[in-house]
Amino acid sequence: MKSTIDARGLSCPQPVLMTLDEIKKTSENEILVIVDSDVSKENVCRAVESRGWKVMKIDEENHAFHILVHRGMV
Amino acid sequence: MKNHFATPLGIIGVGAFIGVTAALLQYAGNPGNMGICVACFIRDITGALGLHRAGVVQYLRPEIIGFVIGSLAASILFKEFHPRGGASPIIRFVLGAFAMIGALIFLGCPWRAILRLAGGDLNAIFGIMGLAGGIFIGTRFLKNGYSLGRSHACSPAAGYTTPLIMSLLFLLALIYPQVAGQEKSGILFYSIKGPGSMHAPLIVSISAALIIGFLAQRSRFCTMGAFRDLILFRQMHLFSGLIGLLVFAWITQMILGQFKPGFENQPVAHTLHLWNAMGMVLAGLAFSLAGGCPGRQLFLTGEGDTDAAIFVIGMAAGAAFAHNFGMASSPSGIGTHGQAAVVTGLLVCTAIGLTVKQK
Repeated sequence: MKSTIDARGLSCPQPVLMTLDEIKKTSENEILVIVDSDVSKENVCRAVESRGWKVMKIDEENHAFHILVHRGMV
Repeated sequence: MKNHFATPLGIIGVGAFIGVTAALLQYAGNPGNMGICVACFIRDITGALGLHRAGVVQYLRPEIIGFVIGSLAASILFKEFHPRGGASPIIRFVLGAFAMIGALIFLGCPWRAILRLAGGDLNAIFGIMGLAGGIFIGTRFLKNGYSLGRSHACSPAAGYTTPLIMSLLFLLALIYPQVAGQEKSGILFYSIKGPGSMHAPLIVSISAALIIGFLAQRSRFCTMGAFRDLILFRQMHLFSGLIGLLVFAWITQMILGQFKPGFENQPVAHTLHLWNAMGMVLAGLAFSLAGGCPGRQLFLTGEGDTDAAIFVIGMAAGAAFAHNFGMASSPSGIGTHGQAAVVTGLLVCTAIGLTVKQK
């Protein structure tokens, strides 16, 4: 089971805040973040990478970006 | 496709470009340490349209128009033009108005705060400290769940409306150009003295602004976000753009002989440190609650963000109130009702920060 964050329609920094909160809380190794702007996509990717997580893939569906991020190996 | 402008080098480059261009615009005729000031220039447009009648600040600044249209061009070209809106527009209007009122007590938006420092105006240090303080308060609200809610896609017509209004304003500037020594040309007001009378040639201003609008849309340059991301996430990305702006504006001001360090007799500035800081606490808080500095709000407007457009219109309304009600400062000090404006603004913004949450 991976956790999902739907941040569509929200403007920055909220998608990043939600993602980083989930990174802190979750015990899962994967999070799916859904955003609907290029800016949010860039910001979420930059933020997760700064926390040592990895962006596995980004799918574009129905004007939204589905960003799959994975806990980095320490 | 990778967005090269959103890389560390990209954002620093864009900041540097804005810094150099602003100093050159001052050299070409814009007011002192005001090569670019988004707040002042929106206020000047408000004056040019006669919505306030402060005689020294009336000019239909092409820079504001260029920022929106440049961003529109970039967003269409890179398929990022997404008409959207509906995330608490009335609150954005109020935030825009108080952001402007706060900025006019300091006498400058965050861009001008940096440019004032780059030109040697040390009063700006208090403004920048206030700005950081206001943004810090904003981040506390964000951490506690403050949210203007979700925006929704809307019709292309809505997204094009503000860029169209900007184009029509530019048309007015072409139809009714300034007549030397005259306060009025057709329906537009002009300043014959003061900062409103100082401006670079129209073609220079609009060209520079179109390029900045284009680059800033690509890079997401934002002076409020610079402080906010540093405070919230310890992220240097946007802040490095702001440093680029400061350093390159400073170097250019030195080369052009426009660097004059000190507190006294700085252009379009006063030396009341407390109110320089407090004005920017208010502005910084309003920007952070609205999600962007005034420049960023213009670039978002160009991308079709109608919520950002409402913030800009709020700023114009705030400028009119600031001058009509004696809340704006001048080089001789703060306005009669400047202090009351700061207190009222901080109360309103705090209430917004505490009560506006996502369902």
